[in-house]
Amino acid sequence: EEHGQGYTSVEQVRLLDRFSNKSTNGTLYLTATHLIFVESSSNNSTSILHHHIASVEKLSLTTTGCPLVIQCRNFRVVHFVVQRERDCHDIYSSLLRLLRPVSYEELYAFSYNPKQNDQQREEGWQLIDLGAEFERMGVPCDQWQLTDVNRDYKVCETYPRDLYVPITASKPIIVGSSKFRSKGRFPVLTYFYQEKKAAVCRCSQPLSGFSARCLEDESLLQAISKANHNSRFVYVMDTRPKLNALANRAAGKGYENEDNYSNIRFQFVGIENIHVMRTSLQKLLEVIGTRSLNMSDYLVGLESSGWLRHIKAVVDAAIFLTKAVTVEGASVLVHCSDGWDRTAQVCSLGALLMDPYYRTMKGFMVLIEKDWISFGHKFADRCDQLDGDPKEVSPIFTQFLECVWQLTEQFPQAFEFSEWFLLQIHEHVHSCQYGNFLGNNQRQREELQLRERTHSLWAFLMSEKQNYLNPFYSPAYSEVHPVLAPSTLPYNFKFWRNMYHQFDRSMHPRQSILKAILTLRDNSRNAESTLQALESVTAPPAWCDPHRDL
Amino acid sequence: MEFAELIKTPRVDGVVLHRPFMPTVEGTLCLTGHHLILSSRQDNTEELWLLHSNIDSIEKRFVGSLGTIIVKCKDLRVIQLDIPGMEECLNIASSIEALSTLDSVSLMYPFFYRPMFEVIEDGWNSFLPEDAFKDLESMTDEWRLSDVNKDFSVCPSYPPLVAVPKDIDDDTLRKAATFRHSGRFPVLSYYHKKNGMVMMRSGQPLTGTNGRRCKEDEKLINATLRPGKRGYIIDTRTINVAQQAKARGGGFESEANYPQWRRIHKALERYEHLLNLFDISFDVVISSMDRWLSKLEASSWQTHVKEILTTACLAAQCIDREGASVLVHGTEGTDSTLQVTSLAQIILDPACRTIRGFQGLVEREWLQAGHPFQQRCAQSAYSNSKPRQESPVFLLFLDCVWQILRQFPCSFEFSESFLVLLFEHAYASQFGTFLGNSTAERLSLPEKTVSLWSWVNRPQELERLTNPLYEANSLVIWPSVAPQSLLLWEGVFLRWNRSSRCLDEAYEEMVHIIEYNKELQNKVNSLRRQLAQLETEDPLLQTP
Repeated sequence: EEHGQGYTSVEQVRLLDRFSNKSTNGTLYLTATHLIFVESSSNNSTSILHHHIASVEKLSLTTTGCPLVIQCRNFRVVHFVVQRERDCHDIYSSLLRLLRPVSYEELYAFSYNPKQNDQQREEGWQLIDLGAEFERMGVPCDQWQLTDVNRDYKVCETYPRDLYVPITASKPIIVGSSKFRSKGRFPVLTYFYQEKKAAVCRCSQPLSGFSARCLEDESLLQAISKANHNSRFVYVMDTRPKLNALANRAAGKGYENEDNYSNIRFQFVGIENIHVMRTSLQKLLEVIGTRSLNMSDYLVGLESSGWLRHIKAVVDAAIFLTKAVTVEGASVLVHCSDGWDRTAQVCSLGALLMDPYYRTMKGFMVLIEKDWISFGHKFADRCDQLDGDPKEVSPIFTQFLECVWQLTEQFPQAFEFSEWFLLQIHEHVHSCQYGNFLGNNQRQREELQLRERTHSLWAFLMSEKQNYLNPFYSPAYSEVHPVLAPSTLPYNFKFWRNMYHQFDRSMHPRQSILKAILTLRDNSRNAESTLQALESVTAPPAWCDPHRDL
Repeated sequence: MEFAELIKTPRVDGVVLHRPFMPTVEGTLCLTGHHLILSSRQDNTEELWLLHSNIDSIEKRFVGSLGTIIVKCKDLRVIQLDIPGMEECLNIASSIEALSTLDSVSLMYPFFYRPMFEVIEDGWNSFLPEDAFKDLESMTDEWRLSDVNKDFSVCPSYPPLVAVPKDIDDDTLRKAATFRHSGRFPVLSYYHKKNGMVMMRSGQPLTGTNGRRCKEDEKLINATLRPGKRGYIIDTRTINVAQQAKARGGGFESEANYPQWRRIHKALERYEHLLNLFDISFDVVISSMDRWLSKLEASSWQTHVKEILTTACLAAQCIDREGASVLVHGTEGTDSTLQVTSLAQIILDPACRTIRGFQGLVEREWLQAGHPFQQRCAQSAYSNSKPRQESPVFLLFLDCVWQILRQFPCSFEFSESFLVLLFEHAYASQFGTFLGNSTAERLSLPEKTVSLWSWVNRPQELERLTNPLYEANSLVIWPSVAPQSLLLWEGVFLRWNRSSRCLDEAYEEMVHIIEYNKELQNKVNSLRRQLAQLETEDPLLQTP
């Protein structure tokens, strides 16, 4: 494999297994994009993208050499021992330089070339069309319209250009509301539940402070309410814990006062903020990274990390949203602080529960493109793509993928894709190999000309579709159960071993039902064609059929 | 004694049955000598047939004249019966209580049960020690079958026939038996064909505080070592516990007297400390994530699963990787010892992973080896009375097998349902297999009761228990024992408290995929044969 020109190599490096006393000897190569370890005995190689590296640590010299510990964003942890300290230091300092890119142009996506021509690349980007997606939901319609108010990113620079609002919401109302919302993120449509004409809308927190109000914002919510004849009110879901929302009031932000919005029902759902989530994951990784971990420390650590509690909180919120829309037929407005983390989690997971389309491979891509990419989840900041503020980094999208995984465990027949699809998406959210997740919002992506200069992950995943299929998927299941009603009793939430220990081979079952069944399906497909071929040979030719009318 | 004396009210109408995740049923409740039956007398509604011996405890509640009995079963199911009329309710409750706590074995249901199926093979004769020894003889001539225990006088909990080293005579065995707890002298548990190494098991040596030794015992176990080779003694107790046992006449093998053996101590809990561990299923309704996880931790069930698996892996490693023979014991040698020896065989021996092989393993390593099933399984998780000898030792073993099965889903001929079935029948059954505590106590059972194996080893039952993914795997299978790799056994602990519809449907889909594949392969093969036939008959079809 070619990994750019010019590389350094260090021989006689040992790769230690994280959980056993095993180790392998080999050579370490450092290229412009990858760190590669090639085992000397087998020529097996371990290849790590620089962008995947979260931290490099050089431990103090031991008798066998100089240890180098590398933690990756895909939860791979590698432990090298380099014989000579100087070599170790060279690799260490090169990596430090390489893993802190300062401009987007340094990212792998801009040099990655999968040998496609411009037309193929173009087609890849055209695979997902959000306009078509809103049409699929039945929008625009008699109550909802496409507005051009943000065509030049003037009203909200972190929103996409195309936004859908109630037909009764005039431009002055929208502009007025946007000034009353954090970062200008005013209420817009993200999902339309056609059956009940109920809408899922999203926004950021209002700048209400202790008493401020905004008539345009109130009118916009009124308009959202009026657009749905099935319900006299709109649920407003503040996905934050109440205490956080109260604290925000002191900074001139806060939440909707039910007295000012006559037509709302206000509800806190209590998902913690990005900082709590970051710390929680760190704790989890610390616990599960312990060697010879005993069961008690594992369970206590799992509990005290709070990770599964947070996962459950997101699923609980999505269920609340789903019930409000599908059972009560009410429209729901979801927000948190800026409306790009918890809001994205809850809106997308809710839609996934309501609409079987999002449980197909293509539909899941559309969902991510819509609720995460286009609505400005700050992938660059959250995934630490450039050398940025470590306090902005947080595993919000990872949590979303995990929530989906937890659902696939409860509903093995409801999803077209297997967990390998989720893992592969997670891999590439951090790889910066494709353009989709670069930057923090659509405006920035256009400035970077990603569609012209990089490739789309979705096209690549589609070309490999066979690898990610769930053999148990049954479209008929979703016809009978279009809306999923998961149980959120705690025992349903499990530790996702294949995510957090993906690269720790000793942890995994040695045989997998999924792989066995996929192989069988392949065999069946081959047998079907063999059968056809054989039948055409063995079937008597038409002229010797005695019943044939001559 | 007549059961009628215990049944104060044989039937009550208008009883309502509540079960989680199932529709309520209204009908007539009947009590018979061995069953609690609820029938709605309508077609298509499921009736409830519950063995009294499956009932672990009951609770009564009254609201006005409506009585409610909560029945908690040994298989961890909890059902509720609403009974109109206070007197009826009290009568029913006290009858159930009396009938579910009968002390006499001869009143148990297996003695009254008559099979409604055709017995193809009598299970009582399926796994005789002499047959198992024939297999051993085909591999090695270093062992003999001794009938030193033919009248159960040397060791009451051993079967009449045991495999011992060929060069050790019966006198030596008798003397060694006096030096081991309950006379459980070291016997062969497993012969590893690949390298000729063996696993033996026994009770603890009775060294006492003054370091008693027994030349015959030393001779017996040394006879299993190859010249110049060392063996391992795996003591399932910590060194502290083993030390303390000396004061009560027990102890462990000292280095001085057993220089060819390396002793390793592990920390498997004794059976007395296990009963309060498996109340996990009470708590599935807990809605807080944190409380659930801390409850799971506090029960320490999973800790024991991990420790037992770790110890079994250690024993298997000594045999397969180190090429050394192993002796396993704890205190009595009837509980944790058997968990370790039987699991090590699952890991090492592909034969134990077949349906029949697993039955053989349960027979050899649990029933004939003298695990006191009747004492251990008299009560389950919900019992209110103070435990005496009760302990879920066998369930822990089944849980460990399930963990390995999950990690090697294609290497076992049986599916999870076979393990659940064994759990159920160990606690309450129409069959005689798990009655009694030892072979000696089971002598009369073959005439008077039906064996569970007679029922299992019929085509329709075998089909139900077969793992559709099975492909014989002749390798040693090493499970991961990291806590991240071990799961709560939902099929037992959450069985009655969750809706498994989605999972069942997915399982059916899997079976469908596998069957479709088989069908296709058969068609392809038959067409290939047909083609070959045509080619020989019709020279025109042949390639020139």
